[in-house]
Amino acid sequence: MKKTLFDKVWDAHVVDTIKNGPQVLYIDKHLIHEVTSPQAFNELEDRGIPVFRPNQIVATADHNTPTQNQDQPIKDELSRKQLEQLSTNCKKNNITLYQLGHKYNGIVHVMAPELGFTQPGMTMVCGDSHTSTHGAFGTIAFGIGTSQVAQVFASQCLLLTKPKSLRVSVNGKLNKGVLPKDVILYIISKLGTNSGTGYFCEYAGNVFEEMSMEGRMTVCNMSIEMGARGGMIAPDQTTFDYVQGREFAPKSEDFDKKVAYWKTLPTDEGATFDKEYFFDAEDIEPMITYGTNPGMGIKITENIPVEENASFKKSLEYMNFEAGESLINKPINFVFIGSCTNSRIEDFRVAANFIKGKQKAANVTAWLVPGSKQVEAQIIEEGLKDVFDAAGFELRQPGCSACLAMNDDKIPQGEYCVSTSNRNFEGRQGQGSRTILASPLVAAATAVEGKIIDITKHLN
Amino acid sequence: MEKFTTLQSRAIPLQIENVDTDQIIPARFLKATDKKGFGDNVFRDWRYHKDGSVNTDFALNNANYSGTILVAGDNFGCGSSREHAAWALTGYGFKVVVSSFFADIFKGNALNNGLLPVQVSETFLKELLSILENNPETEIIVNLEKQTISVNETLSESFEIDAYKKTCMINGYDDIDYLLSKKSEIEAYENATS
Repeated sequence: MKKTLFDKVWDAHVVDTIKNGPQVLYIDKHLIHEVTSPQAFNELEDRGIPVFRPNQIVATADHNTPTQNQDQPIKDELSRKQLEQLSTNCKKNNITLYQLGHKYNGIVHVMAPELGFTQPGMTMVCGDSHTSTHGAFGTIAFGIGTSQVAQVFASQCLLLTKPKSLRVSVNGKLNKGVLPKDVILYIISKLGTNSGTGYFCEYAGNVFEEMSMEGRMTVCNMSIEMGARGGMIAPDQTTFDYVQGREFAPKSEDFDKKVAYWKTLPTDEGATFDKEYFFDAEDIEPMITYGTNPGMGIKITENIPVEENASFKKSLEYMNFEAGESLINKPINFVFIGSCTNSRIEDFRVAANFIKGKQKAANVTAWLVPGSKQVEAQIIEEGLKDVFDAAGFELRQPGCSACLAMNDDKIPQGEYCVSTSNRNFEGRQGQGSRTILASPLVAAATAVEGKIIDITKHLN
Repeated sequence: MEKFTTLQSRAIPLQIENVDTDQIIPARFLKATDKKGFGDNVFRDWRYHKDGSVNTDFALNNANYSGTILVAGDNFGCGSSREHAAWALTGYGFKVVVSSFFADIFKGNALNNGLLPVQVSETFLKELLSILENNPETEIIVNLEKQTISVNETLSESFEIDAYKKTCMINGYDDIDYLLSKKSEIEAYENATS
């Protein structure tokens, strides 16, 4: 039988099947962070169950960490306690933790691929919905709740019903100024926020084949924003080259053996999917969102649509936008470049390339938050920090930061923020804040102009 | 986990689509390291204005409505995987959420916490919301064994639930118990693949 990439990886991890019920799926790698793990550790401790495979767990602190003065004690008491709890739990259970300040610390979905933990053909989970990011490597990776974190702690397995399959193909040549973020925002704007629910998505077509690993991660990262638990891209030479030589990647002969296996993973010619969508790359332009879910996106040159339903109206009311209006020239006071969607070195190169020789608009507060210590170091090494400093942008220390505003990086009430993150939900970036999702290029341009501009007119 | 068999209760209508877990429990309340107290902050930014005053327009603050069933618009629970959303809803006292569609991760989290997600047809949801609007005292009966939700003799629908999860809900079992019983199969898998 012809198999999809997803089928191949899934089937290789089934330990057992309950008759007419879910399957027991083996999990190769379990990533944890401070926010969704403490209750799972408590659960195990209360029931006297040990952590089954501590060597397959990697921990980092990211959601609730400050992005300034990381060398000093954390001021917020609850945040400090949550991080201390993570340290204690990891120590007690022999789990490797890259805590705040460690050279490998960073956002879980940035540091794990960077260190070579993420590899094709694996199953990976984390108590975080953006775990779909790792699907960029041809990995089955998905977010889980805390009860499931406890299950994986206890058994290295999960009870799951195999999801249905979905393929989104994008072929053709991308227009100038269109980044991977625009591709995924475009797809979600066409398919809506729940079209992928119950499905695992594969992205196919020359657009994804030609993308860098960073770009593929941006795309897979937002699979959950159309409801899909995960998104995958077939591993190829780009993938192998990225993985090779990384700290925890297989070495020499082991690596060659793995590559031979990874090459068998792509979807077989003629394999069928439960649902398929096709898009033309030429139709995609730089995108922005105007509403309060990631499906509410338009091309930057388009006007906000006019719709009559109550949820749409509520959303526009929250954003203080009018149906039918254009967002070009809207004054913007906050710009955030960061999050597990867009905080990798390529994202900062794109931003720096646009910013170089220009100045940030006086009305704008612009935060640049790298995804990891390694990205931060690379920004400095490549001289990008000098570009940002000269232009008046603020380079902060790594973490999830203003993507979910658990720490002090909050956008004030009523303010708009053009953000490279993944969610524009009400209050996501701070109570009453209004988020406009965009690519790092559009975000950089907004910071320079102090308003939303038609970026396509500003490219050579 | 608490057992669930049948429930008869009044309901609170939340006529909003795409309710994300950031609305159910905003991120600033995720700093706790236990499961307690989240109910106090469920739908915090919809229940209260920024100055702390009560938003009387919001469904949960409408004195006409009460009960342990939440009836919400399409695609309930989308967004973040935070199980804190399920803890916030159960902490507030909800035992059932009715919607025409649930996001995957939320649905799983709810089932793992004895909160029953009941997925109904769009027509049923529309009628149910309209009945609740006209008669807030309406009682709803949810029967998990029969997999039915009924409002009165004329309005009733059956709903689907994974057979395994149904057994867990009825008996108050959780997945850890089952997975631990599979230890030898898991170890055999590890040996075969390493």
